[in-house]
Amino acid sequence: MFDDVVFWALALPAVAAGVMVFRFDSMARATYALLTSLLCVGGEVLLLGLDYLGVVIVLMMTIEMAVMAVFMVMYMMNPAGLMPMTMVHNAKGAVVICAAVLAVLVAGILLAPWPARRGEPSADPTRDLGLSLMGPQMLTMMTLGLALVATIVATVVLATRRGRYDRYGDDVDARCADDPVRGGTGR
Amino acid sequence: MAEAAPLWATLVLPLALAAAAVATAGFDAVLSASAERGPAAGPREAGLRALAPVREALRLLVQQPRRTTADDRLLGRLGVVLVPVAAVLAGAVLPWGFSAVSDPPVGIVWFNAMEVLAWAAVWLTGWGPNSALALIGGHRFLAQGLAYELPHMLAITTAALGAGSLRIGEVVAAQDGLWFVVWMPGAFAVYLSSALAMAFWGPFAHPVARDAAGGAAAELAGVDRLVFLGGRWLLLVVTAGFSVPLFLGGGNGPLLPGWAWTLLKTAAVLALLVAGRRALPVLRMERYMEVAWTVLVPVTLLQALVVAVVVLNG
Repeated sequence: MFDDVVFWALALPAVAAGVMVFRFDSMARATYALLTSLLCVGGEVLLLGLDYLGVVIVLMMTIEMAVMAVFMVMYMMNPAGLMPMTMVHNAKGAVVICAAVLAVLVAGILLAPWPARRGEPSADPTRDLGLSLMGPQMLTMMTLGLALVATIVATVVLATRRGRYDRYGDDVDARCADDPVRGGTGR
Repeated sequence: MAEAAPLWATLVLPLALAAAAVATAGFDAVLSASAERGPAAGPREAGLRALAPVREALRLLVQQPRRTTADDRLLGRLGVVLVPVAAVLAGAVLPWGFSAVSDPPVGIVWFNAMEVLAWAAVWLTGWGPNSALALIGGHRFLAQGLAYELPHMLAITTAALGAGSLRIGEVVAAQDGLWFVVWMPGAFAVYLSSALAMAFWGPFAHPVARDAAGGAAAELAGVDRLVFLGGRWLLLVVTAGFSVPLFLGGGNGPLLPGWAWTLLKTAAVLALLVAGRRALPVLRMERYMEVAWTVLVPVTLLQALVVAVVVLNG
């Protein structure tokens, strides 16, 4: 009973905030509506008894949306919604696509032969999650981590205008980096 | 293992945090006043100076709120209110002696998740009034967040690693003999600096700094300003108070009961931060970013490595 109340108290705002993402005429409001929706989803995951995953969703999504808001405001037209702005484009086509996808998903839910539950929920899901990530999947996670870091470094190197030759001279032997903004380590 | 606190503790928690925030702000005001106008003539004047934050709060209560043109009131208000709310929600896992309002199995992650709500809060507060200086303040806090959050997460992970648990009660229990600060000094120092950065206070007050006319708080007046700046003191108290269960042994200590040790240690950390603030200038974020990523991240990684080796061999 209590779980049902909490479920609906989170599910309805999650969907409503998701709808509002496309109704707001301000990029900041749309981003934070999306964050509201995702926080409610994090609450639903907590309700499933997956404490770690639920709280991590809240943590990651808050950071992600806070940073994303800045980029969305930078890149989207009319970010503040001071002039008419809409998040929806190609409205008719989008309606058709969405209705078709929804119909397929609902049909899938109703028609799929769902298996009966086998086994018991784990006593400590956080520990089991850690063991399965860091046990059998250790190699995958390590490779993934390295690949992610390499991607981040490569992206920054490609995106930055100034490299080490600009900072430390043609022979990379200057004692102090020549930066437009002074400060930080060693200066 | 921490025991569950009685239900009334939930109601007492915000009041206790607010009282601690007023006391800290009062101490800060006394130090500021004696730096500006010389030492207090007597206990009466010192008391008056300590009450300055309370007088300011009462003044803000009756002050007219300010409206700006084409502001986003909903988001602005949300940001202002979110600052104290985030602080109190993070404080819910703060053990008072050996009992906390809540001691979930992932308490450390919960604390981290609640404190990053401050990112959203400060940016929204800066965005709300449709003012350039306020927006600059909000953006500054996001840059500051990116700088402090990585070393901060590694520091609190180190404490969890030492205890082998994300449950704060077990982190405290693991420090029954030796406090974590003794063998994790690097993580402790990084935690204290990021606690200041999280509360955008002291050397990390750049998001609300004077060079941007008050930054994120530039357009706030009246109750809005009181809630935002009061929430900032709450955040400082909670983040500083969290260093006690993480690194300073929580309620562990001889003679005195657990709650008294928690109180003493929290007061000591806050006094250190408030007094130490005077020795440090406000940092620009690009400077701190470079230090954080090129010095503090390797330091915390090394610290975590040392702790991991000790734990595996212990």
